Amino acid sequence: MSLKSKLHELKLKYQGKKMAPAFNAFHTFLFSPDETTHAGGTHVKAADDLKRTMNTVIMALVPVLVFSMFNAGYQHFSAINGFPADFSLMNDFLTWDNFWIGIIKVLPLVVVSYGVGLIVEFIFAVIKGHEVEEGYLVTGMLVPLIVPIDTPLWMLAVAVVFGVVIGKEVFGGTGMNILNPALTIRAFLFFAYPTWMSGDKVWVYGARERSEEILAGANVDAISGETILGYLAQNKGAEMTYSVSDMFYGFIPGSVGETSAFLILLGGLFLIYTKIASWRIMVSAVIGSLVMGLIFNQVVDFGWIGESSKFYGLMSFDFWKHLIVGGLAFGIVYMATDPVTGSQTNKGKWYYGFFIGFISVMIRVFNPAYPEGVFLAILLMNVFAPTIDHYVVRGNIKRRMNRLKNATIYPKDSDGKAEELKAETV
Amino acid sequence: MALLSKKDTNLILDPLTDNNPITIQVLGICSALAITAELEASIVMAISVIFVMATGNVVISLMRDIIPSKIRIIAQLIVVATLVIIVDQVLKAYAYELSKTLGAFIGLIITNCIIMGRFEAFALANGPWRSFLDGIGNALGYGIILIIVGFFRELLGSGTLLGFPVLGDPITKTGLYATGYENNGFMIIPPAALIVVGIIIWVQRSRNPALVEEN
Repeated sequence: MSLKSKLHELKLKYQGKKMAPAFNAFHTFLFSPDETTHAGGTHVKAADDLKRTMNTVIMALVPVLVFSMFNAGYQHFSAINGFPADFSLMNDFLTWDNFWIGIIKVLPLVVVSYGVGLIVEFIFAVIKGHEVEEGYLVTGMLVPLIVPIDTPLWMLAVAVVFGVVIGKEVFGGTGMNILNPALTIRAFLFFAYPTWMSGDKVWVYGARERSEEILAGANVDAISGETILGYLAQNKGAEMTYSVSDMFYGFIPGSVGETSAFLILLGGLFLIYTKIASWRIMVSAVIGSLVMGLIFNQVVDFGWIGESSKFYGLMSFDFWKHLIVGGLAFGIVYMATDPVTGSQTNKGKWYYGFFIGFISVMIRVFNPAYPEGVFLAILLMNVFAPTIDHYVVRGNIKRRMNRLKNATIYPKDSDGKAEELKAETV
Repeated sequence: MALLSKKDTNLILDPLTDNNPITIQVLGICSALAITAELEASIVMAISVIFVMATGNVVISLMRDIIPSKIRIIAQLIVVATLVIIVDQVLKAYAYELSKTLGAFIGLIITNCIIMGRFEAFALANGPWRSFLDGIGNALGYGIILIIVGFFRELLGSGTLLGFPVLGDPITKTGLYATGYENNGFMIIPPAALIVVGIIIWVQRSRNPALVEEN
């Protein structure tokens, strides 16, 4: 008997029972159900259900995940042995040693994120008696990509429970949440365990262990994996050895999956091509961050901020480079475009995206304690998204009312029928 | 004869559960958010409110026939302000450190909606004994939530209870900390109190669906 028919039998067996949603979910997770639309009657048929939508986003995330696994090892070995003098992609980056570090450090994050999150979803589905929702499929992949590599697994588990329950289930589950669950998880981790989420020891595997060994008296060199934003926030931009192409292709330390702007760009194009994510939000967010970056660059050019200022490092950072360091690109492509928590109206999306970019760069520069302003900016705009939509809709109604008021309807014949028509429509 | 009739017992017990000032009437939230990072502060706040509430209710109830209704709010404010100043002075005299922690919030008991609410809704229309019981009941209902929130926030946020390190020492890594456990800094900041109160409200309402509001 095939797996599909076994699952189908299980599903029938538990139909109407308390555990039914759990078995239904297993059934439809892997296969399409046997019950299909029968002939006769009118049905709308569409292939892009929620599961398909979610899977497309996951496809766009897979290259980022694979890259991050190699980068985990690359950063680890480079921090110990120094960066290779003449970098070659095949010999220095795509090696089994690097990938192995990814397997032992990145894969557990993915497993814990999915395991814990899906257990919470199943429990809620059984309690509430509804189908298991697919909402966690994308969240579960995003979460391991936006945390530092050394995040302890139990912390991640606690944060996932918090994010799924408080960020999503209390509002009524997938589609009803106000805040992006993945970012809620990130924010919880950031405020709950700040020492594990910032500083120069968490971004590269091994840095924290080394510093503990040194504390214990071992005679080894300290290794540090400061992020680019971390260097800039301390006005140490000159000590940085990363080139622009390192930043763009992602051979830099940072949260697990945020480093490669190149692959994120490809993922973004893929999402735009498949019409899963809104290009308006992405474009306007890029514009917003460039505008804010330009303003800061101008402030430095005018000499209002000198080199002694604590903001100098980040303010003088070329405006377009903001897009290729830190999590801004990742946030714009995969988080800001969340259809549930973002603006729904086309015009609203422009405002929503613009302010995400604008505020992200602002938080980066003005609050070096939060070098990753992008998650706070997106959460903030998530809260404002319904308000933006409200005013867009109101504005639209107002505009059309005005148009109607001023409309002249040309008479079709000479006996004055036009006046009657106008009176009726108004 | 029992000390309290059934009706009187309900005056005390109702606000503890099904008519709780914080979780059901959603009053007095601000102080619940602000001072519950430590259990000790929560307990002192609870005791202070019990004192102010019970005494205030009795005083207002005794004066209820001579207060002109046009100026009753001012009269109530004077009574509650007097009582709060007494509490404040006592704390400053006998528990100075604590009174510094609680800071403005003892003074802000004056504006605690629960107190004015009970004066208006109960003490102005009932005798002193019943008002006294009502005051005790409502202040206990408030205090119990404060103590629950304070318990979880101090335990998870600082790993201590009433200042005693119950989970071990985070610096020398003893007890639970030896296993890699860390204090949750999120529980220290006021938004965490909002979430803990929210969870209490959630648990309470799912145990007793009659409490769920229609909307």
